[in-house]
Amino acid sequence: MSNFLSGGFTAYLFRELLLAYRRRGDVVKPLVFFLMVSTLVPLAIAPEPQRLAALAPGMIWIMALLATLLSIESLFSDDFQDGSLQQMLIAPNLLAMPVLGKVTAHWLMIGLPLTLISPLIGIWFSLPAVAVLPMILSLALGTAVLSLIGAVGAALTLPLRQGGVLLALLVMPLYMPVLIFGSATIQSAVDGLAWLSPLAVLAAFLAIAVALCPLAIVAALRLSQNN
Amino acid sequence: MRLNMQWTWFHRLGSPRWFYQKTQRWLPWLSAVSAILLLTGLIWGLAFAPQDAKQGHSFRIIYLHVPASFLALAGYYLMAIAGAIGLIWRIKLSFMLMKSAASIGAVLTFVALFTGAVWGKPTWGTYWVWDARITSMLILLFLYFGVLALRYTFSSHEASDKASAILSLVGTVNVPIIYKSVDWWQTLHQPATIKLTSAPSMHPDMFAPLVVMILGFYCFYALALILSTRAEILQREGKSSWVRQLVANKRGEV
Amino acid sequence: MQFDSLQQLMVMDGHGVYVWSAVTVSVSVLIGLIVKPLRQHRAAIKTIARELDLENTSRLTATEVSDASNP
Repeated sequence: MSNFLSGGFTAYLFRELLLAYRRRGDVVKPLVFFLMVSTLVPLAIAPEPQRLAALAPGMIWIMALLATLLSIESLFSDDFQDGSLQQMLIAPNLLAMPVLGKVTAHWLMIGLPLTLISPLIGIWFSLPAVAVLPMILSLALGTAVLSLIGAVGAALTLPLRQGGVLLALLVMPLYMPVLIFGSATIQSAVDGLAWLSPLAVLAAFLAIAVALCPLAIVAALRLSQNN
Repeated sequence: MRLNMQWTWFHRLGSPRWFYQKTQRWLPWLSAVSAILLLTGLIWGLAFAPQDAKQGHSFRIIYLHVPASFLALAGYYLMAIAGAIGLIWRIKLSFMLMKSAASIGAVLTFVALFTGAVWGKPTWGTYWVWDARITSMLILLFLYFGVLALRYTFSSHEASDKASAILSLVGTVNVPIIYKSVDWWQTLHQPATIKLTSAPSMHPDMFAPLVVMILGFYCFYALALILSTRAEILQREGKSSWVRQLVANKRGEV
Repeated sequence: MQFDSLQQLMVMDGHGVYVWSAVTVSVSVLIGLIVKPLRQHRAAIKTIARELDLENTSRLTATEVSDASNP
């Protein structure tokens, strides 16, 4: 019984991590993107610490969002092309489990490293020290939600060749609340206000996303496979 | 064998042919009612309603802005429900209604945004202010764009229908979240904004034409939806015998 | 009537530009929402009529050919 229901989660999680390890370059690209765009901001706007600090919460979050978008497109495409997706679909266990395994692996490879590098970006942007912990927590929770919602878009645009832009289009409006509360967490900490409330909202988003996104992803995958 | 007569009725509702023939009779009076309501409301609001103490005559844009916003939001839910019905009961007609609702809703959202922006200039001095209501409406437009983009992406109608339905359902969960988030984000950054659409505190002489316009817009929406779905039915069911019979009869009349 | 003349209605104490541009754009767009499906409807009927014509002529030709070869 437990094998039937939870079957596939850990298997696919480790599978994804192993595959990613073999393609280390692909995994590192979004992180490098994150770092490089962070350098663009002071160059384009101004290197003054005050201005950067004012921009920091929003900019960090926007960059995390874009880095996630860059990497989510290929979540299912390799499996789609080599037939493993079909295997997942006809297997007897709940399809939500392999899906959650893959999305968790995606977060471990993209969202979590982003979260861990963020203090460095905080230093670059002269972010006050009091905001560092809220930033890390908001990114940790928020990028998980971004991975889940992004996976829905990836599943819907799977058969399309130039699906990347369409994926961004589909997923952007859904990302906006996460962005609002994520950057608000950091901003509240900077302003000395209570930052646990927006963080709690992010946690609520994560709970909703974990519950509902797999349903949508599974439906979209079945759809894409049959067409 | 258990033939449930109720389900026959329900599935008959899902027949494009039934819809096409039924709505044929509704069109004339629906058009008349929409036109009368809209013209009455518009003329009343533009020329006869008293002007606002603070905003002067530019507040008259409310007679277009508010109904369009209502229908834009309501239309999204209608689209999502049509998509859900299509997915659950596999009713083609429901998907066709969903597709029509997507384009009509997107257009109405644009109208709401445009009228809102034009209203903003004399009221606040700029065409765009990141006010909670307008920002939420913009995000709603993006949600519509997503569904519109998926409508014809796949090679088969069936697949595109289902994809649009899935996306609109995912968006539905988000619509209240987005509205609440933007509201909250607004209070974080701006203490109080002019409530453009504080309907209850309006003078009855200003409120009455607004009600007429809202009703008129609902009828108009229904009319546009029916017309669009009828066109879609003909396009998709072109090979079926009832459509060919219909066309042959039309040519016979002409 | 809130306005004393048509001129006043158009100008609306300076707000006329905004009100009337909003009204014209909205109304034209709404009219478009009705006109577009009507056109699509008519185009669909034309296409189906053409297909019917093609089918009828090919059927007629086929019968003529078979009549000619089987007197």
